[in-house]
Amino acid sequence: MTELLRTPLYGLHDALGGKMVPFAGYEMPVQYPIGVMKEHVACRTGAGLFDVSHMGQISIRHPDGPDAAAAALERLMPQDVIGLKAGRQRYGLLLGDNGGILDDLMVARRDEDLFLVVNAANKVADLALLRDGLPECEVTSIDRALIALQGPAAEAALEAVAGGAAEMSFMDVATLDSAFGPLWVSRSGYTGEDGFEISVEADQAEGLARALLDQDGVVPVGLGARDSLRLEAGLCLHGQDIDAHTSPVEANLLWAIPKVRRQGGDRAGGFPGAERVLAEIEGAPTRLRVGLLPEGRAPMRAGVELFSGDRAVGRIASGGFGPSVEHPIAMGYVDIDHAGLGTRLEGELRGRRLPVEVTGLPFRPATYKR
Amino acid sequence: MKFTEEHEWLRPEEDEENVVTVGITEYAAEQLGDIVFVELPEEGTTVVKEDDVVVIESVKAASDIMAPVDGEIVEVNSALEENPGLVNEDPLGAGWFFKIRVEDMSALDEFMDEAAYKKFI
Repeated sequence: MTELLRTPLYGLHDALGGKMVPFAGYEMPVQYPIGVMKEHVACRTGAGLFDVSHMGQISIRHPDGPDAAAAALERLMPQDVIGLKAGRQRYGLLLGDNGGILDDLMVARRDEDLFLVVNAANKVADLALLRDGLPECEVTSIDRALIALQGPAAEAALEAVAGGAAEMSFMDVATLDSAFGPLWVSRSGYTGEDGFEISVEADQAEGLARALLDQDGVVPVGLGARDSLRLEAGLCLHGQDIDAHTSPVEANLLWAIPKVRRQGGDRAGGFPGAERVLAEIEGAPTRLRVGLLPEGRAPMRAGVELFSGDRAVGRIASGGFGPSVEHPIAMGYVDIDHAGLGTRLEGELRGRRLPVEVTGLPFRPATYKR
Repeated sequence: MKFTEEHEWLRPEEDEENVVTVGITEYAAEQLGDIVFVELPEEGTTVVKEDDVVVIESVKAASDIMAPVDGEIVEVNSALEENPGLVNEDPLGAGWFFKIRVEDMSALDEFMDEAAYKKFI
């Protein structure tokens, strides 16, 4: 077994009593002493501080500037990267030749470069893919810590440490001055809450995290609540809800593919897997990612098979208990003819078939500052 | 009161001969984290030692609780269906799972007493 890596905040997790588990090659806190449920609720009512330093941070530079880098990146992604204005960020997908999702990410347009935040488990593969696919660009792995601050108290907490945070809108990016050096801040996150992701020099990370934890209502949150928060928000986890076999259309991520890249658009196609993806947009995918609400109190987790009568029609990809909706919730893939809202299915749980209803996503409306 | 290596406790009922109440220890409840669902066996079920008889789901995962001894389930704590968090709040009291009637109380002899269990964890 390869040795687990540690983030610059390992010492802080230890001091805070974090229960450490292996995750994507790192030793990460799954929870702190107050537990998953209270951490989840604290993030929705105050603010949660998450160490997401295990994620990949990548800079893409083109000798002719960021416009040229954006044009190059459109060869690998079905998004409108060219139209992304300086100081703005967008959700994006790296696709394989079969139209499957190799990774999902955030791409920000900055003054000099494009800045990407990618999933920890995929960052090595992403770097190789970007370097291979963008030979005219300089693709650099950025070795900084990354802290997410999420929830209604996040704005005031960050503003107290780095002035200017409060003026940002959802999906804005900016470099803010602080006592902990320049912070690369985006107003975004993975919880459905208003909040920020903050890239900071590794040796300043603990100081920044402690300064944020000193603000009103800010509590440390581990991977356990990170998962229940993103599930309530209906957000995908790569490797679980989406992977190299699922297309963006069946993953219900059509909103992330703008008209300009679809059939009839000025820059239609021209990304890996375009044939399948564009055909699925014009026609229909065979299955669809949907929200699933078990009727009873028993959580239905990943792998639970879904039935309509005797016919197997799908499977749960992510599921558990939603502490804020106070009910079991799940997402999964269902054959397209059973994917309509309100369709009643049965999930097989420990040999018994229990009712579950196809429902809209998210389970809890987002509170982004637009 | 006796304790198993699976972190269950067994308490013989004072007023009911050969009936033992079963739950999980504080240590187990803490390790499992916030419990959100408990599935109990049906009253009257005959179980064999090491049968999975209870399913508990925490925010994180599902776990099975085994029958610590052979016997008949004579009562279950139906309060857990509405309020599974009782297992976290009061694991040794209101968070009990079931009462089991055993043929031979000497089946409990193999388990640890409190001092031995404390050493075990």
